[in-house]
Amino acid sequence: MLSSLRTLWYTFLHLFQRNVTVQYPEQMPYLAPRYRGRIVLTRDPDGEERCVSCNLCAVACPADCISLQKSESEGRWYPEFFRINFSRCIFCGFCEEACPTYAIQLTPDFEMSEYVRQNLVYEKEDLLISGTGKYPEYNFYRVSGLAVPGKDKGEAEHERAPIDIRSLLP
Amino acid sequence: MSQSHAIVAGLLNVVLGLAFLMITAALLTWVERRLLGFFQDRPGPNRVGPFGVLQVAADGIKLLFKQDWIPPFADAGVFVLAPAISMITVMLAMAIIPATPLIGIIGDLNVGLLFFLAMSGLSVYSAVLAGWASNNKYSLLGGMRAAAQMVSYEVFMGLSLVGVVMLAGSFNLTDIVRSQRHMWYVVPQFLGFIVFFLGGIAETHRLPFDLPEGESELGAGFHTEYSGMKFGMFFVGEYIGIMLISAMTTVLFLGGWYGPVLPPFMWFGIKTGLLICFFILLRAALPRPRYDQLMALGWKLLLPLTLLNILVTGALMLGLPGPA
Repeated sequence: MLSSLRTLWYTFLHLFQRNVTVQYPEQMPYLAPRYRGRIVLTRDPDGEERCVSCNLCAVACPADCISLQKSESEGRWYPEFFRINFSRCIFCGFCEEACPTYAIQLTPDFEMSEYVRQNLVYEKEDLLISGTGKYPEYNFYRVSGLAVPGKDKGEAEHERAPIDIRSLLP
Repeated sequence: MSQSHAIVAGLLNVVLGLAFLMITAALLTWVERRLLGFFQDRPGPNRVGPFGVLQVAADGIKLLFKQDWIPPFADAGVFVLAPAISMITVMLAMAIIPATPLIGIIGDLNVGLLFFLAMSGLSVYSAVLAGWASNNKYSLLGGMRAAAQMVSYEVFMGLSLVGVVMLAGSFNLTDIVRSQRHMWYVVPQFLGFIVFFLGGIAETHRLPFDLPEGESELGAGFHTEYSGMKFGMFFVGEYIGIMLISAMTTVLFLGGWYGPVLPPFMWFGIKTGLLICFFILLRAALPRPRYDQLMALGWKLLLPLTLLNILVTGALMLGLPGPA
């Protein structure tokens, strides 16, 4: 009986407390920098696509919402198409973790509702952004040992020249 | 000529009064949701119209356009009758409330209190018949609970008012209020006040005594099968029921329209409104008791208390010189 009255009183006191509701469309909620929202494909500092279409993101994706096709030009791999079905995506961020080139990244943006379900399938041109995202300095081809046009083996950053395996000298 | 004038005036009074009731009941749904929101540190419905008032209109339109479905396994006639009973009984009971000596539909009825008890007794039928006609296990359980709960709480509600009637010496609600000019009956009849209010909550099957509905266990109980405007009628009936119990408590125990400075009808409105808010606070704060706990509270605590109240009131009236 007494506890009921106490409950009543405490509930009544809540009348004078601040609302915790964020009035969303008028008032944006704070989204953490690492918030996992809309997925983007970033470019390297030179403005080239970072994605090398290794398919690791598609393999890691538990919802199977990523689909891409490799193509090759001048010794580099590009995705011919890159498609994310956001009606299936669960925004787990596994693709971002799997990506060896920091190409695929999740952003703090969730406002992507559509009236037509088909519109939730984003193509490469929808996904590609002009910037570098979270890693402004990183360029995969500049740090990897891979030889591409304009950069031979051993010329990458923090890389030594390859060992001449036919020489006996140390 | 003058007789026809009186008839027209009377009809106008009835129609306007009932329309006022309906509108207030509809607004109450919004008030309740807003207040519940505030109690839970959230704003509640605040989107449609200023402060969300037009939420009422939106809900009404939605209810009107919903499919009005009668299940094929239901007893159609009784199924339709039940929500009508729910609304008619509370509205008829509401007619005898005197807001002020002048404002009210038939405030001067000489058996007003008995009429109120009779109508709240009849309103049991709405829940019972709805539960029975739905021909559905949950509804039947709800109706059964409603029958037991409302019939037993009816007893204490009636008995708790005996003290008031003894003090006032009348069943006429206007006279009862008039006899509270110097002291509200909540003071000498405090036990009666508590029991009447608890009984009122049970009678309107509002939380925490909403066992006939019991959303979490019976899935809306006796009105599980109802949709559209028939459900709306149960809803309006329930809210008018809240208003009825609040208004009755005001009239019987809180001195009706008496109060300093402000005009009488405002005092009546303030007292009733605060009681309605208290109903909503109860809903926000208290969990539902178990069914046997509810019955035990009624028969083992409230019944002896009311009987004691009657005994003491009678003894004091006999013992003390002059009218108490």
